[in-house]
Amino acid sequence: MLVGEVETTLTPEEMEHARRHLGREPNGLEWAMIDAEWSEHCSYKSSKTILAQLPTTGRSVLVGPGYDSGVVDIGDGYVLTLHTESHNHPSAIEPYGGAATGIGGVVRDILCMGTTPIALLNALKFGDITKSDHSKWIMKNVVRGIADYGNCIGVPTVAGEVEFDECFERNCLVDVACLGLGRKEEILLAEATHPGDSIYLVGGSTGRDGIHGSTFASRTLAASSEQERSAVQIPDPFTKKLIIEATLEANRARILTGCKDLGGGGLATGLSELADKGHTGIDVYLKEVPVRETDMSPIEVMISESQERMLLVVKVDADLILQDIMEKYGVCWARIGEVTGTNRIIVLRSAEVIADLPTSFLANAPIISRKTRMPTARNPEGTPASPNDIATVLLRLLASPTIASKEWVFRQYDHEVGIRTVAKPGEADASVLKLPNGKCAAIKVDGNARFCDLDPYVGAASVLAECCRNVVAVGAEPIAFLDHCQFGDPNNEEIFWAFARAVQGIADFARAASLPCVGGKVSFYNQDEEAGTAIKSSPVVTVLGLVEKPAHTMKMAFGPDGDAIIVVGETRCELGGSEYYRTLGFRGNTPPALNFEVEVHTTKAVLECIRRGWVTACHDISKGGLGVALAEMAVAGGKGATVDCRLLAAEKMRDDQFLFSETNSRFILTTNKPSQVLKSLSNANVPAAVAGAVRGTTLHLTLSSSKLDCEIQALHEAYVNSIQGILEPWQK
Amino acid sequence: MKVAVIQFPGSNCDRDTVHVLKNVLRLDARLIWHEDFRDSSYDAAILPGGFSFGDHLRAGIIAANSPAIDIVRKMVDDGKPVLGICNGFQILIESGFLQGALLRNSSLKFVCKWMDLKLENNRSAFTCSFDKTSCVKMPIAHNEGRFFAEDNVLDLIAAEGRIVMSYADDNPTGTSRGIAAVSNRGGNVVGMMPHPERASDHALGGTDGLKVFQSMVEWVRC
Repeated sequence: MLVGEVETTLTPEEMEHARRHLGREPNGLEWAMIDAEWSEHCSYKSSKTILAQLPTTGRSVLVGPGYDSGVVDIGDGYVLTLHTESHNHPSAIEPYGGAATGIGGVVRDILCMGTTPIALLNALKFGDITKSDHSKWIMKNVVRGIADYGNCIGVPTVAGEVEFDECFERNCLVDVACLGLGRKEEILLAEATHPGDSIYLVGGSTGRDGIHGSTFASRTLAASSEQERSAVQIPDPFTKKLIIEATLEANRARILTGCKDLGGGGLATGLSELADKGHTGIDVYLKEVPVRETDMSPIEVMISESQERMLLVVKVDADLILQDIMEKYGVCWARIGEVTGTNRIIVLRSAEVIADLPTSFLANAPIISRKTRMPTARNPEGTPASPNDIATVLLRLLASPTIASKEWVFRQYDHEVGIRTVAKPGEADASVLKLPNGKCAAIKVDGNARFCDLDPYVGAASVLAECCRNVVAVGAEPIAFLDHCQFGDPNNEEIFWAFARAVQGIADFARAASLPCVGGKVSFYNQDEEAGTAIKSSPVVTVLGLVEKPAHTMKMAFGPDGDAIIVVGETRCELGGSEYYRTLGFRGNTPPALNFEVEVHTTKAVLECIRRGWVTACHDISKGGLGVALAEMAVAGGKGATVDCRLLAAEKMRDDQFLFSETNSRFILTTNKPSQVLKSLSNANVPAAVAGAVRGTTLHLTLSSSKLDCEIQALHEAYVNSIQGILEPWQK
Repeated sequence: MKVAVIQFPGSNCDRDTVHVLKNVLRLDARLIWHEDFRDSSYDAAILPGGFSFGDHLRAGIIAANSPAIDIVRKMVDDGKPVLGICNGFQILIESGFLQGALLRNSSLKFVCKWMDLKLENNRSAFTCSFDKTSCVKMPIAHNEGRFFAEDNVLDLIAAEGRIVMSYADDNPTGTSRGIAAVSNRGGNVVGMMPHPERASDHALGGTDGLKVFQSMVEWVRC
């Protein structure tokens, strides 16, 4: 809506609320500041009440949601921080810069807690690259953007996942997460609590890039979006690297009282949130802000989202120390304001007040309560016909981009820098990083848009459960998670219903697993106006776990020849939303069920076996079912196996259904102590059976009414070469 | 012995290298900001990996023209061990201490991978503790590490034993003759694309890199 010369996304009700609260008509600059701060992207005005269901407290949680990062105590005076961000809209238009600046944003969130970023993860969702050249272009450039940025700043990219589905053709999803490490006594908060402290803007200058970025992200993409490339910021990882070093050095010098990254909404948002959390006000000296262009208006300066900028709250009399540190690294600095006791954000141009708004009014958008409507049930689908040759199906699934090895992606990421990476990408279900207190962190991101599309409640809960299984499979106990909800237009009642159900599913499972949520992110409006299509519901979660003893770290490659292969859990005929169904053009009717109690029980029992030292390899069973999981373990270690599936707990079904069902709560272990493992699992009431042993260079499976024999070499070629073959057929 | 690890803006393997030297090998290693590196009395210098000056203009060239390199030159002339790892190798080449060039990888992509390497010579300051026919494992991680030189230069450096390591079978970046590390004539200056500091811990994949630093100690002692 146009107010004077200012274009805003505010609704008439929100504008009326603003006028009533202030008792006057805000001026243009004030409208622009309100608009930026009250955008969905910055304010969570639609989602706040729904997100309140998530459990956020736990033994080790020091800082939960609401700050730039969650903070978890890992003992011995150390903390881990974690946060997640998405850069979906920018990446859909300018994939290289959009993805790169997404990394920049999430790294700042870790940095501004006073902690060092030590690992990056990403969850990417693209259209079908086997059919779409556009999606190939998007994928190549997103990956290159992440690689160029992450590699340059020296933070290893250690784990991730990539999912492909037609619904992401016009709206790719680029989620990134970052893990930070610090000392408990050095934690900083995004708060300006002491009147008199100085506000410094450090890093890059303020330009016209990224103007209206957060309001751009708070509506759907249209044809005209191509002209909004200026809403995508320009990445500069070298400057970011210097800011990281300078900010951490300033924090170690104990001269900072607060820190805030400048992301969505620019200075308007950053300053109001600093003051709101600290119950103070801030006077802003607009002329002091270093600008890249000479004729920038006050509005542009206040809402620009130019990258590589941080706000530092600096103790009285520490100005010279701060300036020296910034000069050492060649980082630009400017003292752009001062903390006051006025509880107002006052923008001054020279001596003239050009905006004057109460802090808490600006920082807290009126909550929107949205309507929900359950969609009408889709027509039920039938069952696909039985395949002629099950080995062909297995090879086809291994080559399906969603399942296939992501080697083409992670080879481009420096996953070693920092010398912490114990379990590297592709080696295990989660990444494992050495910590200075002798423990290891395990971390993973997961999503499953097809499950969530069929049932957002069960689907989203299953996403969190699977991510926990991945962390348990490397020998870690889950200790905290992040949620990241990505949906279409929240004005659509059916989409908002799916969002609310997904959050409920995540919250209920988190409670059952006693797992606290320490942060998250909501991204709406992931839909294309022209095509009229929204993405499938795509919640993505990040789970952090702790490996108590590094020797417990498990990878997925089969253990030594002769080790027993144990399958944990019962297989049911649950093919809805499965990768197998997708390759046949089927959707299915319901996703696999998730029994919270069984799931929690199973993961605890498996972790116990790992901690006892009985297990030589562990892998969870998820996309592609038991068949794909066994093949992945075989390929990872270059070892074959002989498995008799008739020995396993399962309901009656066809061989293809059994082998590719995606039933929850299942693992594969290899062990040289099968009787101890079986006894321990049976004591915990978890179904498990020895199904065979590691041997040779062929995968032999005996099923109820058929047999499958595949050479490791054939499995390897299907699994490892698939994505490169699609994206770069000219490279060998 | 005293080892200087020189930190440029954008270096990012500097602390990893210092950690291995100090905490694993118990050496007196110091992290020195490039502007503060004014003293050539160190026993050895290491130029760590990363993106010095953001790789702006060309990888390594801005650092190669910084005053810190004048001090490095003095150490090189004194026969002291000087090691360039990854971006440090690029800096040594741009400074003229080593021959050849490091071009963009033939795949046109960044490559991060553990590699099997063949030791070509155990007479350099950073390989003198290895057996002559060692096969070692270390990871690479770079975008511009395709060592290139004209054939006559390659013949010359091969004849003079200045090829220090080469990729054993797989050559994912397309380097000339599989070269992964080279030295100067005196053998005291070595540039290598593989990261020895990342191969210094069993939990992280291997410890072959430690011998690179142990060689440096032995070279100084003899």
